[in-house]
Amino acid sequence: MEKPFNNRAWLLVVPVLVVVAFSAVIPLMTVVNYSVQDILGPDQHVFVGTEWFRKVLRDPELHGALKRQIVYSLAVLAIELPLGVGIALALPMRGRAASASLVVLALPLLVPWNVVGTIWQIFGRGDIGLLGVAVNRMGVHYNYTADAADAWLTVLAMDVWHWTPLVALLAYAGLRAIPEAFYQAARIDGASSWATFRFIQLPRLRGVLTIAVLLRFMDSFMIYTEPFVLTGGGPGNATTFLSQYLTRLAVGQFDLGPAAAFSLVYFLVVLLFSYVFYTAMTSAAGREAR
Amino acid sequence: MKPSRLVAPLYLAASLVPIYWLVGMSLKTNEEILGGFALYPRAPTLANYAVIFTDPSWSHSYVASLTYVTINTVLSVLLALPAAYAFSRYRFLGDTHLFFWLLSNRMAPPAVFLLPFFQLYQSIGLFDTPWAVALAHMLFTVPLAVWILEGFMSGVPREIDETAFIDGHGFFGFFVRIFLPLVRSGVGVTAFFCFMFSWVELLLARTLTSVDAKPIAATMTRTVSAAGMDWGVLAAAGVLTLIPGAIVIYFVRNYIAKGFALGRV
Repeated sequence: MEKPFNNRAWLLVVPVLVVVAFSAVIPLMTVVNYSVQDILGPDQHVFVGTEWFRKVLRDPELHGALKRQIVYSLAVLAIELPLGVGIALALPMRGRAASASLVVLALPLLVPWNVVGTIWQIFGRGDIGLLGVAVNRMGVHYNYTADAADAWLTVLAMDVWHWTPLVALLAYAGLRAIPEAFYQAARIDGASSWATFRFIQLPRLRGVLTIAVLLRFMDSFMIYTEPFVLTGGGPGNATTFLSQYLTRLAVGQFDLGPAAAFSLVYFLVVLLFSYVFYTAMTSAAGREAR
Repeated sequence: MKPSRLVAPLYLAASLVPIYWLVGMSLKTNEEILGGFALYPRAPTLANYAVIFTDPSWSHSYVASLTYVTINTVLSVLLALPAAYAFSRYRFLGDTHLFFWLLSNRMAPPAVFLLPFFQLYQSIGLFDTPWAVALAHMLFTVPLAVWILEGFMSGVPREIDETAFIDGHGFFGFFVRIFLPLVRSGVGVTAFFCFMFSWVELLLARTLTSVDAKPIAATMTRTVSAAGMDWGVLAAAGVLTLIPGAIVIYFVRNYIAKGFALGRV
C-alpha cells in the first residue's frame, strides 16, 4: 500500500528541524566563513577566496591520511558487519540467557571513548598487558608502540571490540521483529538455514543494517579519541587518520583557515560516501519490494 | 552440541576480557600495574575508589554527566516520536532529502566545529550548563532516534491507525494510548542508543563545559599529572562510568529482546 501524500506531516517534523538546524547550521556557516579568510587576529582577517581549499587539496600529508582512513573504514565495515550479524544470529533468543547476553554484549559500547583508549593502552602492552603478553607468548613479536602494522591492527581490534556490539544489537532487534509465521512458512517449504537467512532474515534486516553501515562508516571515518589516547597517531604516521591530522592543523598549529577548508572537504567526503551507501541500500529495498 | 552454539558465549567471553582488565587495574596500585604482568591483582586494594569517593569533584561531574545525558535522551525521544511517525506514515515535500539531511549533521568533523560550537553556546548563555551539551549531542542522537523509531513504526500496519481514526480517536489520543504501546520496544531501544552515544562522547562535552557541567570523562583526563598517569584511579573511574549504562541496558533488554510483537500485529 502506497503511503498517502500529506504535507501536514511537516508539522510533526518541525520540532526536530528547529533543534537540529539551530545546532548545525550556525556552526557550519562559521566554518565556511573561516575557510575563505586568513585570520590574523581577533579583528584582523583578509578574504582569501579558494586559496585554503587549493592548498589543502594538494597537501600530500592529507592524501596519506585520507588513504589510511579509507582503508581503515573499509576494514571496519568488512569485519564488523558480518561479525555483528553472525553474533546476533547466534545469541539466545529467549529466557534469562538472552537478557544476560544483551547486557554483556552492550558493555563495550558504554565505555567512554577515552577510557576505551586507556584500557587498550595497558591491555596491549607487551610487558604488562594481557593482550600484549598473550600475543608475545604465542611467539608473535608484537609491540604496538613501535611497530606500525601492530599499532594499526591494535586500533582495528579495539574498534571491533568496541563497536561490533552496536551492529549486533541493531541486528538482534531487527531479527526479533520478524514474525514467527515467516519461519513457519520457511520450514513448510523446507528452506535451508542459509535460504532462511538470505530470503527472510537478511531482507528484513535491511533497515537496521542501513543504520549500522552508516553509523559505523561515519564514526570510523571520524575516529579520533580512541587512537589519540592509544597511539597518538604513531608510530610515525601509521595511525594518523583524518581527524588526527585535522586536529593537529587546527589546534596544534592554529591554522584555522586551512583547517576549516579541510573540515568542509572532509564533511563533503563523508557526505558523499554516506549518500552512496544510503541510496544503494534504500533503492535495493525499493527493488525488492516490487 | 553444535559448534555454532559456542559462537555467542565465546564472543561474549572475549568481549569481557578488556573489561576484566579494566576492573583488575582499578584494584591495583600504580606500582603493581606498571611493575609487571599478573593475570589478577595480587593484593586487591580499594584505594583507587577511595580517592574518587573522597573527592567531591568526581561525584559532581558524575552527576553533571548524568544530567545532560538524561536531558538529551528525554528530549531526543520526545522530539523524534512525531517526526518518525510522519516519516513512517506519509510522503511529503522533500521527505527523503530531509531524512538524509538530518543524518548528515552527524558528519561534521569535530576538530574545527568545536570552536563555532563553543562560540554559539557562549553567545546564548548556555555555556557550562548541561543544556549546552544535551543540545549539542542532539545533533547526533535525534537523527538516530528518528531513524530507529521510524523503522519500528513502519513495522506497525497502517490499518491500525485507520481503524483508530474511524473509531473516533483523535490523533493525540491514538498516538499515546494505542500507537506508543505498539512501538514500546522501539522507544526502549532508541532511549538506550541516545543514552549511550551521549554518555560516551567526550570532545563536545568537554568543549562546552568548564566547571559546573564538566563531564566525568573530562574529569578523568585530570589524572594525568607531572608524575605520569594515575592508571589505578583512571581505571576505577572507568569502572564507575560503566554502571549507569549497565543499569539502562538492563532495563531495556526486554524491549530489545521483545522485537516480536512488532511485525505480528
